[in-house]
Amino acid sequence: MCRLCNDVRMWDYSEKVKDAFLHPKNVGELKDADALGEVGSIICGDALKLYLKIDKDAGKIVDARFQTFGCASAIASSSALTELIKGRTLDEALAISNQDIADYLGGLPDQKMHCSVMGREALEAAIANYRGEPVRKKEEGRVVCKCFDVTEEKIRRVALESRLTTVDEITNFTKAGGGCGECVSRIEKILQDVWSLKPVEKPSTPRKLTNLQKIALIQEIIETEIRPGLQADSGDVELIDIEDNTVIIALRGMCTGCLMADVTVKGIQSKLRELVNNDILVKVLP
Amino acid sequence: MNTIYLDNNATTRVAPEVLEEMLPYLVELYGNPSSMHTFGGQLHRKIEDAREKVAALINAEPDEIIFTSCGTESDNTALMSAVESRPRKRHIITSRVEHPAVLNFCQHLGRKGYRVTFLPVDRQGQLDMDTVLKMLDDDITVASIMYANNETGVIFPIERLCGMLKERGILFHTDAVQAAGKIPLDVKKVPVDMLTISGHKLHASKGVGVLFIRKGTRFHPYVIGGHQERGRRAGTENVASIIGLGKAAQLAQQHLHDEFSYLSGLRDRLENGLLSTCPDTRVNGDRHLRLPNTMNISFEYVEGEAILLRLNEYGICASSGSACTSGSLEPSHVLRAMGVPYTAVHGSIRFSLSRYTTEKDINFVLDVMPGIIRELRELSPFGRTAAEHGRDYASE
Repeated sequence: MCRLCNDVRMWDYSEKVKDAFLHPKNVGELKDADALGEVGSIICGDALKLYLKIDKDAGKIVDARFQTFGCASAIASSSALTELIKGRTLDEALAISNQDIADYLGGLPDQKMHCSVMGREALEAAIANYRGEPVRKKEEGRVVCKCFDVTEEKIRRVALESRLTTVDEITNFTKAGGGCGECVSRIEKILQDVWSLKPVEKPSTPRKLTNLQKIALIQEIIETEIRPGLQADSGDVELIDIEDNTVIIALRGMCTGCLMADVTVKGIQSKLRELVNNDILVKVLP
Repeated sequence: MNTIYLDNNATTRVAPEVLEEMLPYLVELYGNPSSMHTFGGQLHRKIEDAREKVAALINAEPDEIIFTSCGTESDNTALMSAVESRPRKRHIITSRVEHPAVLNFCQHLGRKGYRVTFLPVDRQGQLDMDTVLKMLDDDITVASIMYANNETGVIFPIERLCGMLKERGILFHTDAVQAAGKIPLDVKKVPVDMLTISGHKLHASKGVGVLFIRKGTRFHPYVIGGHQERGRRAGTENVASIIGLGKAAQLAQQHLHDEFSYLSGLRDRLENGLLSTCPDTRVNGDRHLRLPNTMNISFEYVEGEAILLRLNEYGICASSGSACTSGSLEPSHVLRAMGVPYTAVHGSIRFSLSRYTTEKDINFVLDVMPGIIRELRELSPFGRTAAEHGRDYASE
């Protein structure tokens, strides 16, 4: 089911968000628009179409309108965006960040930050469209999150722009990782790379390990990398058997019957995949 | 501002008659029913009265009823007891549209090595009995299938299902949290082994649930401790809530038939009204085999949270299966299992009525809803173009 319980209720919204949602400004199509930016899709649950009227000589945005499909904060973010960019030059407008949109609204709940990111992306798309630049293509980056169609490039960019360091933050800002959760370990790796965190020490063993080497390595990783963390939370894990790439473990201590046990097991698996090989499968002895 | 509460599948108002029954046990009669002195011990009799009333609602015997803390505890207890009492069997059958109390518990068992079959539903939200038949084998620990769905109100053919499972000696639990008090339940006619009820869905207070366990069914307690509930559920009784639930069950039984026609009349009026005043709107789920109080309707091209918050401005309470309200970034698992297109899932709204819903309430919703949908569609980039193309999403 859900990886994060992202309930946002009416009273989590600031008064400004509520007001911008109930009385949005600059709504509708702009018939003779000079620029159009479209982002999102109905399938993902939010989409924004931004129309700009641009004074060519002054290079200024003289009018901006929007059409948005989405929740209250998506609509409020769109309204805020149009208010923020009207009367600005294109370069001034491009200097507006998603945080500026959120600030204009008196802040957005963490889980709704992706709405402000969508606004910022629509603006970029519209200006690229006006300048005749190629729209940032999906193909440019590999899709990391299949549930919400988020590319590695977008994760990198948003992480840098908003200084995000955790997967949860990435999910809040881009939705990536908020569906089935399969891509969480990839997002983690991307974040490590973006922030040039010291990569987890890769054992300097050759790629092709003998079975005995592999078993020894797995044992070592479980002893040094995994058990200390679990033991700190009064949990533990025991290595029972290794058959080919299947690692059979048993949960001990507080890990038995823990509601988060499957997350723990997934974590162990991704650690082993990272340090041993990508085909490792962790199974829990019931 | 008046509150127009149309979210009764989430929780219901405590009936005034129920509150009146409960109050003395929250004020002067605060004893513990396990005590030796009369002050506490006399409450035991009151709890047994409540047990009789709850049993009567489903035509069970009083000693087949145990009180728990909520529907979730009852569901978990039923599944855990099944697993513990049949240790050699490793296959669990449930449906894709169960309440999380069953669905997530089955997934939990799946991670512990059980094979779990999640039965699919069709576009009407209905179980396909042929598929069910194909899934049955000798290895089944328990089948847990809900009586009626909380999101769509669709009623499953529990009687047929029960026949099919009993013929093969399969243990059968049903989550009847939404069905209890809304449609007749009779465990003599429909011989399920275990059945779950939740107090706060039928005008009792929160914090009390029921698990019916048929006499002769092997049972292992889930909450272990004292001897309460004849050793089947430890923990000091929630005396006031249990007594209140007795009253609520009695009221539900007395008014079942009147309420059925009252609620389905109002619900149909609301549903037909919305279908005729709001274009590009569809009903999710079988409209005939359905709880009388529930409707699930999708407004295409608009997002559910936005609709709910506009309704909120008018004091109208409903709920949605949209991603933004489901508690995760993914929309309703029930509507997706039914194959409802994403465009319609995001704009789905559930209205659920109760005996306290009035015609005036329904008229008010009918007055404001077309305006809300029109305004949100004017904001949406999708509505008009899709409508111009005359896309027929119902045939998708």
